[in-house]
Amino acid sequence: MEGLSLPSRLKGEALSAQHEGSPVRFDLSKTPLRELNQFLHGAPETLAGKDVLVTHPDGAHNIAVGCNAPVKVTIDGHAGYYAGGMNQLAEITIHGSASTGVAENMMSGRVHVKGFASNSAGATAHGGLLVIEGDAGLRCGISLKGGDIVVGGSVGSFSGFMAQAGRLVICGDAGHALGDSLYEAVIYVKGRIASLGADAQIEPLTEADVSALTELLKQAGLAHDPTSFKRVASSRSLYHWNADADQEY
Amino acid sequence: MCGIVGLLLKKPPLRSQLGELMVPMLIGMTDRGPDSAGLAVFTEPLAEGERKISVYAGLTDEGTAYDWHRLVAALNDALNMSARATIQGNHAVITVVGEAAPVQAWLKAHNPKLHLLSAGRSIELYKDIGTPAQVAARYQFSQLTGSHLVGHTRMATESAVTPDRAHPFTAGEDFCLVHNGSLSNPNGIRRMLEPRGIQFDTDNDTEAACRFLEWRLREGDTLHAALQKGFEALDGFYTFLMGTPTELALIRDPFACKPAVVAETDDYVAIASEFRSLAHLPDVNHAKVFEPAPEEMYVWKV
Amino acid sequence: MSTDHPIHFKRLQKEASATFDHSTLDYIHRAAATGLYEIRGLGAKRKLPHFDDLVFLAASLSRYPLEGYRERCVTKTVLGTRFAKKPIELDIPITIAGMSFGALSANVKEALGRAATAMGTSTTTGDGGMTPEERNSSKTLVYQCLPSRYGFKPDDVRRADAIEVVIGQGAKPGGGGMLLGQKVNPRVAAMRTLPKGVDQRSASRHPDWTGPDDLAIKIQELREITDWQKPIYVKVGATRVFNDVKLAVHSGADVVVVDGMQGGTAATQTCFIEHAGIPTLAAVRQAVDALEDLDMKGTVQLIVSGGIRTGADVAKAIAMGADAVAIGQGTLMALGCNREMYFHDGQPVSAEADYAALGTQAGFCHHCHTGKCPVGVTTQDPVLEQRLQPDWGAKHLRNYLKTLTMELTTLARACGKQDVHHLEPEDLVALTVEAAAMARIPLAGTSWIPGWTDR
Repeated sequence: MEGLSLPSRLKGEALSAQHEGSPVRFDLSKTPLRELNQFLHGAPETLAGKDVLVTHPDGAHNIAVGCNAPVKVTIDGHAGYYAGGMNQLAEITIHGSASTGVAENMMSGRVHVKGFASNSAGATAHGGLLVIEGDAGLRCGISLKGGDIVVGGSVGSFSGFMAQAGRLVICGDAGHALGDSLYEAVIYVKGRIASLGADAQIEPLTEADVSALTELLKQAGLAHDPTSFKRVASSRSLYHWNADADQEY
Repeated sequence: MCGIVGLLLKKPPLRSQLGELMVPMLIGMTDRGPDSAGLAVFTEPLAEGERKISVYAGLTDEGTAYDWHRLVAALNDALNMSARATIQGNHAVITVVGEAAPVQAWLKAHNPKLHLLSAGRSIELYKDIGTPAQVAARYQFSQLTGSHLVGHTRMATESAVTPDRAHPFTAGEDFCLVHNGSLSNPNGIRRMLEPRGIQFDTDNDTEAACRFLEWRLREGDTLHAALQKGFEALDGFYTFLMGTPTELALIRDPFACKPAVVAETDDYVAIASEFRSLAHLPDVNHAKVFEPAPEEMYVWKV
Repeated sequence: MSTDHPIHFKRLQKEASATFDHSTLDYIHRAAATGLYEIRGLGAKRKLPHFDDLVFLAASLSRYPLEGYRERCVTKTVLGTRFAKKPIELDIPITIAGMSFGALSANVKEALGRAATAMGTSTTTGDGGMTPEERNSSKTLVYQCLPSRYGFKPDDVRRADAIEVVIGQGAKPGGGGMLLGQKVNPRVAAMRTLPKGVDQRSASRHPDWTGPDDLAIKIQELREITDWQKPIYVKVGATRVFNDVKLAVHSGADVVVVDGMQGGTAATQTCFIEHAGIPTLAAVRQAVDALEDLDMKGTVQLIVSGGIRTGADVAKAIAMGADAVAIGQGTLMALGCNREMYFHDGQPVSAEADYAALGTQAGFCHHCHTGKCPVGVTTQDPVLEQRLQPDWGAKHLRNYLKTLTMELTTLARACGKQDVHHLEPEDLVALTVEAAAMARIPLAGTSWIPGWTDR
């Protein structure tokens, strides 16, 4: 369970692999997760532009957490909790599903899930882009603080709960209590909304929204008509406590 | 606080591998549940007039050295039966021709420290303290055969780590439940049920949920209707996985904070709290993998 | 009727009710006027069983004291030995509890950091994130990970010395952070990604995990991000302490922090403060029992907080089995909270008018939530915050911590201990039945522990 510094054998393999232009490989059925993450926490200068391939993830938790360099990581299979957690600068692609909290608290960079994501996808993210091609579970974008999330499928209930800043784009349907206690984040939904949360309201789509959607959908690689989305934003009636306003707490 | 696993083999020829396929699933949930583990397996049902009763002797003074043969002999003598037992250390499955209730009553009276785990025509139940790997080895889980099973690994939250508080819990005959989560009103539920003749073995919150369903099923509700009433009555967080002789059923509370993932192929349906427990299953890379939605009842039939 | 009789029975005319006392009358009148719960700062104000109900059995014919000053009494404390590569090494077993920038001013955060560094101990960030003032002034900084995740950043995780996952605090176990609009100034708003002036709403659960089974995975995430270097603390408000401490240990905590109901806050509902959580005295006993039950005493360390005020409190908490204490409110009081004056260029200036403007008085104030702290501690107001200067604050806080340490060692030496961590429960007796039962310490002069022994 102890943290390990990268063994020289593996370092050597990694560097020579890089010379041949092929990715640095980590087979999680043979190599401890600790070695992968330690490698990914190396000096940004040595990691910049590198490709890392993670095979046999088999639902392991905490794959590629705390990245802090512009490195490209490919995860070939299903990832467990917090894949790409607290990502900064890296580009992480998961060829499979991701469990709870994918890209949680991301600061910048990109995380792309080819399959579906579980609960709390992109929770509290400050920046960067999270793309989920399939569905996302409940609480997608909970407490969002400036990041962008684009979901090709549908999202579960309580998505955008207490989302403060950033944008959540849902190409499918949204569950119940969408955007409950929303602050300044904006949610775009193409499909049906089961119900809106407290203080969330549908507003007309502006040109700026259409622009933003066009850009986000393009970055996500998902083809949808930007004008077909609804804009959900805060009605800002919960910003100040007021006994007469019958606020829902 | 817990890990859940479930496995249903759709094709009869695969059923001899049930245990072999399941043990890595259970062990995969050790981090979620290091204290104790258990499972209920559903086999080909016994004939109409027969019953099997799973009994645990770990709480008796003799424990793993419990003299089951003497017990069965005394039982046969007292109730004029020809019961037989399959024994593994502190556990036995006692098969009888006749009703389960009189046998259960006699066992409890004969030695109150015997813990009655399950009764029915199809169900066999094992649970004990120890890591999942230890419990699996103790009862040779890898040898189990049957159509489906429900398993659990426990990290105790509010009640103690004792064998009787491990899951699965059973209600009536041929029904069991495992739970991941924490109920916030189990005591009120228990106090509501006890005057209705429902007996409790422990103060465990999962037992409260199980006995609530037992009550509703006894009152004639279908499992579906019983679970609907459960949404109103049971407060807290839960993923429930249940087993009957012909089904596995799964439900998550509206907040769905406790995880669950399903992998389904033509050969099997496998359920676990985390994908890690499904990763070794045959052909899982081509399985339909999905997360059950909250408040929906998922039923897979044998 | 009473006016008919020549003698007036004055006391019968003005009989106070214990049930509907003046405070309760005010409460009801206020609720009827506003339609909203009362929000205030500090901790439980009502009388509770506490460390004052325990006393030390110090030296006796069979137990020899150590000479003060000349014979050593070690106060060094190490926290986080279980898994971390770099445990926290402190000179004293007294740390500074988590309090947010937002609740407190930047000057206060700096003063706390400097005093802690001078005394060789740690400070803790609060809801809202890490300020440069605190990181630069505090040699050892514990970084909180709270349900809100306001201002939570991996760069700060990387530059912290330890991470504290907060499940709850004693003042409001089950309530999230609260900061009223008057304190959400531009800087605070920017750090928390909130609109200026908004009444900050609170999340009471973590966004990406619920329950100890998932906490275990979250702790692993933090360990992986920090390459297993830094200790991970888990903080709970004192409720089901025995279970919680066991679960925190199972989840992988290096250190458990237990905050009793006397613990403070800058703002929360009064009903929470006074009516949720258990007294610190009872919490310590349960926490230590849990660690001993798992044979983890010494492997997982225990920090206790919630109304730790004096050196005697520190000594008693340690004697009961804590490895260290954390002080929140006490440090703010050392900086001037509830003092009649503040200091300007070393000269006292009366703050009485400002207390009066809040409708209160020095010694009674709990108005942290208003942001109008008369002594410049729990405020973001640019004028008021000048009333607490970092230099002055650091010096005073250092003095306070020094006094606590001296009292701690005085008592420890009197009990014959060369190391304060050798203090044990048997060094204590109780003065009340409640304290004896809660702390599981015999009533003075007897061997009776209610519920445990017969006499």
